[in-house]
Amino acid sequence: MTDTTSLQLKANGPQPRTNEKESRGLWADALKRIIRSRISLAGLIIVAVFLLVALFAPLIAPYDPIKDSDLVKRLEAPSDEHIMGRDSQGRDVFSRLVYGARISVKIGVISVGFALVLGVTLGAVAGYYGKWLDGLIMRLMDILLAFPSVLLAIAITAVLGPELRNAMIAIGIVYTPHFARIVRSTVLSVKATEYIEAARAVGCSDLRIIMRHVLPNCIAPIIVQSTLSVGTAILDAAALSFLGLGAQPPEPEWGAMLSDGKSYLQKAPHVMIFPGLAIMFVVLGFNLLGDGLRDALDPRLKQ
Amino acid sequence: MKVKRLVAAIFLVLAMMVTITGCGGGDDAAKDTGADKEKIFVFARSGDASGLDPINVTDGESLYVTQQIFDTLLEYKEDSTEVQAGLATDWESTKDGREWTLKLREGVKFHDGTPFNAEAVKFNFDRWRDENNPYHHGDFSYYTYMFGGFPGIIEDVVVVDEYTVKFVLTQPQAPFLANLAMATFGISSPEAIKKHGEDYFKNPVGTGPFKFVKWEKDQQVVVEKNPEYWGEKAKVDKVVFRTIPDNSARLMELQAGTIDGMIGLNPDDVETVKNDPNLQLLLRPSMNVGYLAMNTEKEYLKEQKIRQAINYAVNKQALIDAFYAGLAKPAKNPLPPSLWGYNDEVKGYEYDPAKAKALLAEAGYPDGFETTLWAMPVARPYMPQPKEIAQAIQQDLAKVGITTKIVTYDWQTYIEKGENGEHDLYLFGWTGDNGDPDNFLYVLLDKSNTVKGSAGNVAFYMNDRVSSLLVEAQKESDQSKRDKLYKDAQVLINEDAPWVPLVHSTPPIAARKSISGWVPHATGTECS
Amino acid sequence: MTRYIIKRLIGLIPVIIGVSIFAFLLIHLIPGDPARAILGERATAQALADLREQLGLNDPLYVQYGRFMGQILQGDFGRSVITNSPVIEEFAARFPATLELSVAAMLIAVVVGILAGVISAVRQYSVFDNVSMVGALIGVSLPIFWLGLMMQWLFAFKLGILDASARLSVGTNLDNVTNFYVIDSLITGNWAALKDALRHLVMPSLALATIPMAIIARMTRSSMLEVLKQDYIRTARAKGLKENAVIFRHALKNAFLPVLTVMGLQFGTLMGGAVLTETIFSWPGIGRLMYEAIMQRDFPVVQNGILIISLIFVFINLIVDILYSFVDPRIRLE
Repeated sequence: MTDTTSLQLKANGPQPRTNEKESRGLWADALKRIIRSRISLAGLIIVAVFLLVALFAPLIAPYDPIKDSDLVKRLEAPSDEHIMGRDSQGRDVFSRLVYGARISVKIGVISVGFALVLGVTLGAVAGYYGKWLDGLIMRLMDILLAFPSVLLAIAITAVLGPELRNAMIAIGIVYTPHFARIVRSTVLSVKATEYIEAARAVGCSDLRIIMRHVLPNCIAPIIVQSTLSVGTAILDAAALSFLGLGAQPPEPEWGAMLSDGKSYLQKAPHVMIFPGLAIMFVVLGFNLLGDGLRDALDPRLKQ
Repeated sequence: MKVKRLVAAIFLVLAMMVTITGCGGGDDAAKDTGADKEKIFVFARSGDASGLDPINVTDGESLYVTQQIFDTLLEYKEDSTEVQAGLATDWESTKDGREWTLKLREGVKFHDGTPFNAEAVKFNFDRWRDENNPYHHGDFSYYTYMFGGFPGIIEDVVVVDEYTVKFVLTQPQAPFLANLAMATFGISSPEAIKKHGEDYFKNPVGTGPFKFVKWEKDQQVVVEKNPEYWGEKAKVDKVVFRTIPDNSARLMELQAGTIDGMIGLNPDDVETVKNDPNLQLLLRPSMNVGYLAMNTEKEYLKEQKIRQAINYAVNKQALIDAFYAGLAKPAKNPLPPSLWGYNDEVKGYEYDPAKAKALLAEAGYPDGFETTLWAMPVARPYMPQPKEIAQAIQQDLAKVGITTKIVTYDWQTYIEKGENGEHDLYLFGWTGDNGDPDNFLYVLLDKSNTVKGSAGNVAFYMNDRVSSLLVEAQKESDQSKRDKLYKDAQVLINEDAPWVPLVHSTPPIAARKSISGWVPHATGTECS
Repeated sequence: MTRYIIKRLIGLIPVIIGVSIFAFLLIHLIPGDPARAILGERATAQALADLREQLGLNDPLYVQYGRFMGQILQGDFGRSVITNSPVIEEFAARFPATLELSVAAMLIAVVVGILAGVISAVRQYSVFDNVSMVGALIGVSLPIFWLGLMMQWLFAFKLGILDASARLSVGTNLDNVTNFYVIDSLITGNWAALKDALRHLVMPSLALATIPMAIIARMTRSSMLEVLKQDYIRTARAKGLKENAVIFRHALKNAFLPVLTVMGLQFGTLMGGAVLTETIFSWPGIGRLMYEAIMQRDFPVVQNGILIISLIFVFINLIVDILYSFVDPRIRLE
């Protein structure tokens, strides 16, 4: 968790889109735009490299991230065999970072997935049905937002127990209101269109209308929000692990590695420097990509 | 020079502090801030005091401070847990050990001018003992712990005359005098308690070498010299206790010279301190044990052979070299070697993975098994880096085929679940309260302390023979007989192996070199 | 205006009640036992049971909640079960530290953020624009605790020019008037203390400022770009107004609104205390108080504290909304 609201890099407001062909063109267009913009391309490359490293971790890492420990050689400075040195258990920092990428992917997917499913459902229900249900759900979201988010995440992990899984749930809960708000406002703007009225007149069920006609309109802002959220989720999970509330040893989660390294700041700064850089680059990658996506998907910039 | 509380690791710095106040000051003990300026000793630790009423605190952070402000009736001698005169100068008991009569020091005054006398002692004990006492604000947990509830075994406190007080006990208690010397039983000014009521914990008034000045939450507690102290007077004018939560940040402050001394050094920074020409490292023996308890009620661990195998599998010396900077002794008994009753004949289990494997095979698990390894979330004096230690033990066990998953909770929950017996392997430790072997062996390994929910015996180790030895020792008042009983108990415990006794640590203290001229002995006479 | 404020205040009531229920449930759902936290390792079963009874922890949850709300309505925020001090006192003792840090961080963030944002917008696609916008993205991508520790390592340990922890050095004397140390040292003309207070304040406020700074810079840039495209800016330029006047008097004034929202949100969040920054820099503020209270199951501090923080947060948002109407008279608050 960062101390300040890192969630403000929000997706822009919704733009109703109903034509499928047009939207397919939009995606192809978006990709082109991203590749054309050097900055977003950099983001795309960082994210791609990150995913590849996670996927092929066993092939890339020269050592086992957990088993290859050696207390006698602990905290050794970077050398030819260990390009990022050894950590406090004598393990290879580079190998741990490589395997840690897998954990980060997991964090991003699960915590954002959690927020996505919960937020989209709540937002769609609130927006579509309106009235008291809308009031109830959105007040609930307001309460979650009024709650200091760092403390909320800390308290939730305290309730559930300090484990990576619980940290991911906590982050998911903290992110939920942002998704709910985006979806609700899109749903509200789409609901009034004649096209939905027509669908209703034909006798489509609510579920079908929401799934087939309403939600597709939210996809662009949701994708942008998700991409940005994956970055902040990795950051926030690292912070929780740093406080001892997330991943537990010997898991090579980056925040937990930072937390370990903190004690050796003077003697062996390499233990702390590399995981910090890794977090920064990956989060930066997602932010660049998310930004690029937003610009690319924003039809106002299309001319 | 007052000699204080070598007893517990948490008090260790205190002993040092008293030394500083008692002896170093004249030359260059305190930061030399010029002849006309006051001498201030700045000391930093990781947490703030929770309160300054000694009876209502149990944490080292609070007791560091209260020990400077308060005196106890009796005090501990250096390097032994025998008691010597404190606010009481003489003491004697009746034959049956049920009545203790204490002669009090005359002419002592509390910092607020209230005279110290038998009435004051009775006032303090009545406040502690009696739940209906109007000044009984707080939980008085150490009182109930050492004396068995309210009023517990102290049936009555009688004022015989102005300077004589008599304690009437419901039953004899072998370590009664040792208990009275515990810092938590510091004597407060009755007038101050009456005046401040519920807020006494932030307005402490005692008879000690320092007077309370101010307490800024999470920042500092300041105490100043008591010029009317009855013992040898302090040589520094002020002591400031600063709170700096982060170990590395604290060391940086020490290197920068903004603080003069600190505890809570990362073991890995010990080298840094040794190599810094401006700093020095001070070590004191301490009275603790860090151990790995094996829940003897759980599958696998209920078998003695497996417990012995685990004992053989753990490389204690490697742990000490890596995570204690070599500043600890490998343990073989639950008792620390500095205590009387320690049985040096016990052989313990040396590091021998082959033997461990053989024992596992004998027990019918040649391929090992899976279990959980619990690690506490916070640093303790006996275990500065529990998660690191857990990972190293995990690897040691993996080498003999035992697969473990490391489990942790926040500190409160960790203790709670441990006392409920939810764990398999459980890292834990103990720092002695009063220097009596009973305070280790009975508390940590007697079968009566296995009640779920408040078990001190987290191995849930139940051996009737051990128990009868321990209970007999409690009732015996002859120390040499007790010594024998405790030694016998340790032999049995070693055989049953409910724990892997890991280490007895000596937490290092780092200080500026300018605070030289004295050796970290608790006795003032030894400083030059 | 008054009607609007009253309406908003009434609208806050359900949110506040919701927050109170939420805070209450959260701390009572945490498995740890407050009695255990108070009594520590040496607790006997009897002592634990007695204390639970005494704290009212054996009552049904709704009874406990009722008691909590009843006390709040009488203005009683309870006492910490760990330190026994009134919660309100605990808060008052730490609030100036948090406020001082937040104000310093916001000051850095606003000045640097708006400047960078304006320049980037005016020189869109220039090197400055690219560098500062990538810089802003790096700012939001940094683990703040890592940044803090790295700064300590460099500035305090290697260079020794700044102080790594607490608000003042031990030897520094300062008369506390307001408990904002920078202000106190200015009032009392204590320059040594001022220098010392600033040496302590720089690193934590910089660390804390990174994210708001980045967000404000981005928001200012995009908002400025929007405004600069408008007709009236073209008109102003066509009239021959100086470029600086166009940018600052016309464009920035109109671009300021969304920036203000972001500032309000960020400031509101900062007021809740910065757990990580305060921990790393040993800053005695609200964030650390709350973190420790959660960890120690100090339920009166947690439930009352969260309520107080949330109140501050929603009120700052309300004030921002009201400020809107002053910045932009086009907005009607009815």
